[in-house]
Amino acid sequence: MGDFRNRDRAPGTPAADRPRRLTRREVLAAGGAGLAGAALGAAGLDRSAGPAEGAAYGVPGMSLDLPIERGASLRVLRWGQFVPVDQPFWDKMTQAWSQKTGVKVTIEYVNWPDIPSKTAVAANVGAGPDIVTSFFDDPHLYPDKLVPLDDVADYLGKKYGGWYDLCRAYGFNTPVGHWIALPMGTPGATVNYRVSWVREAGFDAFPKDIPNFLRLAKALRANGHPTGFSLGHAVGDANAWTHWWLWAHGGKVWNADGSAGLHSDGTIHAIENCKELYSTMTQGVGSWLDPDNNKAFLSGNISMTNNGISIYFIARAQFPTVALDMDHAIFPVGPAGRPAELQLMPMAMVFKYSKYPNAAKDYLRFCMEEGNYDQWINTTLGYYDATLRAYENVPVWNGDPKVKPFQYCLRRGQVHSYATVPGPRPAAAHAEYVVVDMFANATVGGKSARDALANAEQRLARIARG
Amino acid sequence: MSAVKAEAAVPPAPRATALGRFFDNKNVLGVVFVAPAVLILLALLTYPFFLGIYLSLTDAIIGRGGHFVGLANYTGLLGDPLFRLVTFNTFLYTTVACTCKLILGLALAIVLNREFMGKRFIRAIVLLPYIVPTVLSAISFWWIYDPTFGIISYTLRHLGLIGHNIDFLGDPGLARGALIAANVWRGVPFYAIGLLAGLQTVPGSLYEAAAIDGAGGWSVFRHITMPLLRPLTVVITMFSVIQTFADFQLPWVITRGGPNNATHLYGTLAFQRAIQGSHLGEGAAVAMAIFPVLLLTVIVSFKNLRRED
Repeated sequence: MGDFRNRDRAPGTPAADRPRRLTRREVLAAGGAGLAGAALGAAGLDRSAGPAEGAAYGVPGMSLDLPIERGASLRVLRWGQFVPVDQPFWDKMTQAWSQKTGVKVTIEYVNWPDIPSKTAVAANVGAGPDIVTSFFDDPHLYPDKLVPLDDVADYLGKKYGGWYDLCRAYGFNTPVGHWIALPMGTPGATVNYRVSWVREAGFDAFPKDIPNFLRLAKALRANGHPTGFSLGHAVGDANAWTHWWLWAHGGKVWNADGSAGLHSDGTIHAIENCKELYSTMTQGVGSWLDPDNNKAFLSGNISMTNNGISIYFIARAQFPTVALDMDHAIFPVGPAGRPAELQLMPMAMVFKYSKYPNAAKDYLRFCMEEGNYDQWINTTLGYYDATLRAYENVPVWNGDPKVKPFQYCLRRGQVHSYATVPGPRPAAAHAEYVVVDMFANATVGGKSARDALANAEQRLARIARG
Repeated sequence: MSAVKAEAAVPPAPRATALGRFFDNKNVLGVVFVAPAVLILLALLTYPFFLGIYLSLTDAIIGRGGHFVGLANYTGLLGDPLFRLVTFNTFLYTTVACTCKLILGLALAIVLNREFMGKRFIRAIVLLPYIVPTVLSAISFWWIYDPTFGIISYTLRHLGLIGHNIDFLGDPGLARGALIAANVWRGVPFYAIGLLAGLQTVPGSLYEAAAIDGAGGWSVFRHITMPLLRPLTVVITMFSVIQTFADFQLPWVITRGGPNNATHLYGTLAFQRAIQGSHLGEGAAVAMAIFPVLLLTVIVSFKNLRRED
């Protein structure tokens, strides 16, 4: 992480600390392409081989027999790809299962923030896709409408080194006592930063704690390189970094018993420090949606932001000077003294209205078996973290060192309802951006830390009353 | 005589069947003709409307039927600072946007009512903002207002008129203004074309008489054009207020309600709470909060129209 050598620099390329100024048109094109872009192949990153025999990750000889219903067919609602090698591989994997079982599978890929509303409709009307891959604690909104997945979850867990604690927290519903969803793979997030500018700010290594992180941010700003973290309603990026910031300072939204737990010195400290961080940010962050920080980083407008690996992907394809001069770092640890990150979590669930629950379960099992799942993680080049521990060291993590910081995201993650179990109330607080708005109130809105906290508490109390 | 012969040549009408007699009954026929429309209204408007009222009185969440909680959702909203902010935002948005749309729409209609070359083409072009799908125009405005790459900031900066980009969407005040401007751009054609149709019904003889009497332009506009346009203006404004008050797509695509909830409207809040937050009861209560305002708008409008009659 702290190694700032430009490891990917080809001989004769311009010095990374003198990046070419990108034109407005170039960045617009990149942004319009959804940032992941179709140019991965051009960057030499397209390794989309089909499913193949993998190394030995699982316990040999274990199998799960799920008799597939006669005449079965499946409809799957899945998130649209973040990186362009994802969907082709997933389709090939699906075709392989279809050929093996004779079950036709229709996959609908949807922009991920749109999935919860579609899932809500399916749950309420009792019809729709057999398998839905939604996010975070969406399955916990309707646990009694979902097919228990204990057999598949237990089988995969035993065969592949167990699920991460975070995955179990999202997949297992305590009130009904069942696994109700399978965590499919986390699109990990880290801090994305410009190497030369961080070095210019006097830091040889990326800070590992909040005080130094703030010092770095101020030094970057002083050098004319503002930072940029969304304080708008960016469902992925804004929620991710503000929750990390709150948790890192020892704050939390919920107590273990499910009551509102926002009121604490840690929260006040987090808000006050956020005001300092805000003073280092570029203008406009108050309205940033998810693509905005990508655009700003690629244009050289900001020196640091939080994101998945997609900025790096598009940089390698279209902005090589940025790619050479950027790196990733894990989120610094705060006064809480331990890593506390909010990582995105796609969850696959099977609705009870499905006529073919066994087919659905077997499809999910197949996708997570050795030879498929490890290849998917490898093919997507580090965009996803495997949710089963045995896959933690797949080869992709030993390739490009700039990908390495994404490897252990699941070890550092906390469930978004922390410190209580997932359910409707944490889901509502998350959907209503209570934490994001609290920090935005104190920064963009200019309120005092105590007023911002009081406002958030008022909103949280309403949600907690149910 | 020939007429009598001709009448005699007409073949006798066939005897009506029972079904024919049934449909010959004016009362029955009226009901039959109206029934499809009534059924559609019941299924697509009345049922969802009353379902919304019912849900707003329950604590229903997605996937679970709710229990009756009386007015708890409404009283909860009254004590909710975000709801109060959203109420302010919505009223501000509707009032400013509809006023601007009315003034600009009327001005445009008057211009389009004059004779000039390419009149038909220009009239067709004017409708474009209204024809373009809202989401597409919203995405365009999102780019136009982009804090880093927005075309307005880019142009002004290159003309040397500003030193740094304008933070259209990051500053609460500017964001409200930017969103209103987008709504005005989209809504002006609705007023312009509607009022243009009204202008074309004003008899030319009135203007000629006024000209003979020596009336000036402003006098003609004030004493002839405005009074005759008023009923149509009331109807157009009423529809526009209803649409603007319940706007969802523009704020959702451009700001998602940010920054700091400065552009959160009733529509976006209802969606956020009912669907994203899964609290259907509360979301329905937010949606129903729109109803009294819209009802009042309709009542005032129709009273105004009746007075005109």
